[in-house]
Amino acid sequence: MAMFIRVDLDASLQQDVDLKKRLVEVCPVDIFALDGDTLTTVDANLDECTLCDLCTDAAGARVKVVKLYE
Amino acid sequence: MAILIDEQSRFIIQGITGREAVTMTRELLNYGAQVVGGVTPGRKGRDVHGVPVEDTVRAFTERMHVDGAIVAVPPAFTADAVHEAIEAGIKLIVIVTERVPRRQVAQFVEYAEQEGARIIGPNCLGIISPGKSKMGGIGGAAESTRRAFTPGHIGVMSRSGGMTVEIANALTEAGLGQSTAVSIGGDAIIGSSYAELMPLFEADPATHGIAIYSEPGGPMEAQLADYMRESNSRLPVVAFMAGRFMDAMPGVRFGHAGTIVEGRADTTAEKIARMEAAGIAVAERIEQIPALLKQRLGA
Amino acid sequence: MRFYEYEAKQLLAKHGVALPKRTFARTADEAASAARELGGATVLKSQVLTGGRMKAGGVLFAATPEEARTAAERILALPISGQQPAGVLVEERRDIAQEYYVAVTWDARAKRPVIVFSDMGGIDIEEVAQTHPAHVSRTHFSNLRPLSDYVAKLAVARTGVTGNDLAPLTRIVLNLARIFVQYDLTLAEINPLAKLSDGSFIALDSHMDMEEEARGGQRALLAELAIADTDTRQARPPTPFEVDGARVDAADTRGVAGRVVEFDGNMGLVIGAGGGSLTLFDAVRSAGGKPANYCEIGGNPSVAKAAALTKLVLSKPGVQKIAVMMNVVSNTRADIMARGVIKGCIDAGRDPAQTIAIFRIPGSWEEEGAKILRRYGVEYVDRSVSMHEAAQRAVAKMG
Repeated sequence: MAMFIRVDLDASLQQDVDLKKRLVEVCPVDIFALDGDTLTTVDANLDECTLCDLCTDAAGARVKVVKLYE
Repeated sequence: MAILIDEQSRFIIQGITGREAVTMTRELLNYGAQVVGGVTPGRKGRDVHGVPVEDTVRAFTERMHVDGAIVAVPPAFTADAVHEAIEAGIKLIVIVTERVPRRQVAQFVEYAEQEGARIIGPNCLGIISPGKSKMGGIGGAAESTRRAFTPGHIGVMSRSGGMTVEIANALTEAGLGQSTAVSIGGDAIIGSSYAELMPLFEADPATHGIAIYSEPGGPMEAQLADYMRESNSRLPVVAFMAGRFMDAMPGVRFGHAGTIVEGRADTTAEKIARMEAAGIAVAERIEQIPALLKQRLGA
Repeated sequence: MRFYEYEAKQLLAKHGVALPKRTFARTADEAASAARELGGATVLKSQVLTGGRMKAGGVLFAATPEEARTAAERILALPISGQQPAGVLVEERRDIAQEYYVAVTWDARAKRPVIVFSDMGGIDIEEVAQTHPAHVSRTHFSNLRPLSDYVAKLAVARTGVTGNDLAPLTRIVLNLARIFVQYDLTLAEINPLAKLSDGSFIALDSHMDMEEEARGGQRALLAELAIADTDTRQARPPTPFEVDGARVDAADTRGVAGRVVEFDGNMGLVIGAGGGSLTLFDAVRSAGGKPANYCEIGGNPSVAKAAALTKLVLSKPGVQKIAVMMNVVSNTRADIMARGVIKGCIDAGRDPAQTIAIFRIPGSWEEEGAKILRRYGVEYVDRSVSMHEAAQRAVAKMG
């Protein structure tokens, strides 16, 4: 279980094929993955999040990175 | 003034598209360094944070003056990148890569000597002339760099990249700025040793004193002691000696590749004695360095 | 990495340097039959990766195969400097007229290889250099130009050797220098290099070290000598704890978390990196602390790597608390380290607040790191607390 970081995905994301691909591409620590057509987050990699904002730059408010220690 | 680099220095980054190099490029630009280009074979036409990328070093040197190159390519490609930079006429090369085989290092260092080029590293964090420019990852993000390094009159040299920053930070906290700080590299053979950089600091009117980080293994501290005895240097030198515990553990490598006690002359006790005999003050703790320097500067 | 004498001699033989007839034996039985095949008097030498074998009783002489068996039994049962012999080298005994010394090594000041030659071999070369400087020559050669005969000739002739001995000695010195270059050695030594009563020269003992970084490029040689990747060739074999430390590093390419060395103390260290680790280890000792380990972590490691190292250090019996300390960091991130060590504590079933004696990692992302540490009740200090002060505070918290 991730201890420090949670990533919330807005349900509307699943309709946007390009954005889903882009999120998988941009994350330097592979937090996003495609399970078939469904975008998911990889639990084992969540705590490696470097807070680089590349995912939120790409997806705006549809991705939320939550710091569990705040 | 400063040594090696200032606000006018224009340099390129070889291996600019690598993961760590991309971060470094952004940090350098934010600090105000003039990064004029990057080289990654096959990536011509791209850019990294606005810095143009070419396939070859010559693509830059043929159309503009380039003062220096940072080599940030994997160990297997380092020797080739350094030879390319020297051959293209670049006179200052900072090699950040770790684990380059010693014979390859010795080869490009000898080639650089022949061509009148200076090499800093390998296995180093680079050079910074605070407030002017930096070459390499030294200090990290621009904001952290400004916190640890401030413009001033102390030259810093260190075999450890991290300890370059720690010492500069201790000087800054004590109100002593730095003229230039050089992370010289932790390998057994490096491009520029303390003694080889001393004449540059000597010739820089902005430098009033020197702080160095030293450790067991190799002849570099003895070479500095010889320099101090023979040169009549105007600069007071204060050294910090780490790895004192290693004296009792010959043959075991801790820390850098260059750090191993193989002979009697490699121990910290022997090095401290030599440096003190040459008039170099040796601090037991980092936080003693500023006071020792101030005493000697009469400040 | 150091080679055993029998391996160094394999390299010398391959490159045309004459040697005594010899056999490497792993058991006393093998030694006895080797002595029988060699015929006549033999010398038996312990194969360990350390000097001082003669003094320690690791070199014995035998007149018969039975004596050789007894000698081998004694040698194989005798650890030298804590090392169990890998075997025993059985060699024919030769009549020696004179002993020479030759070595090729790096001169880090000149940044070139240097040939050290003496016509007074067999004894401590540093002592000869002091007492008879004219009998020790030091000759550098270029890293770029092809290695030529005259360099080796110069090394030999400088000690006054001339006449019929000059050519054969030059050849041996040249071969040794070629071996040094070809195999990325950091030391290639023949001592003694013996002149026999018939006027010929043979290498009686040899010591070779290869650069650690060259292992990847010298796979063919290591395969030829049957040296496994896992064979570290350190002066003392790694403990299981240290092997696990190497595994933590190898499991993840992000950053480094290695060079774990085990000590007897109760205070675990998660410290970094090269120079910072040396400084902090000294600082803990000078504050009266008893380190359980040395280690190096840095180069922007992942959370997983920092956690794995922390968990490993805490797994060592007797470790009460850990100190997490670094110099002011440039590329390693304080917040990533904070996540890693807290996760490591929790994975080990420990309360981070009780387990982490101090956290001192000033520099990049330190504010973010502070938030995490506060949340878990871990004491942290910023750059206003020096490395030595941080170590002192940590030591004061130990029982």
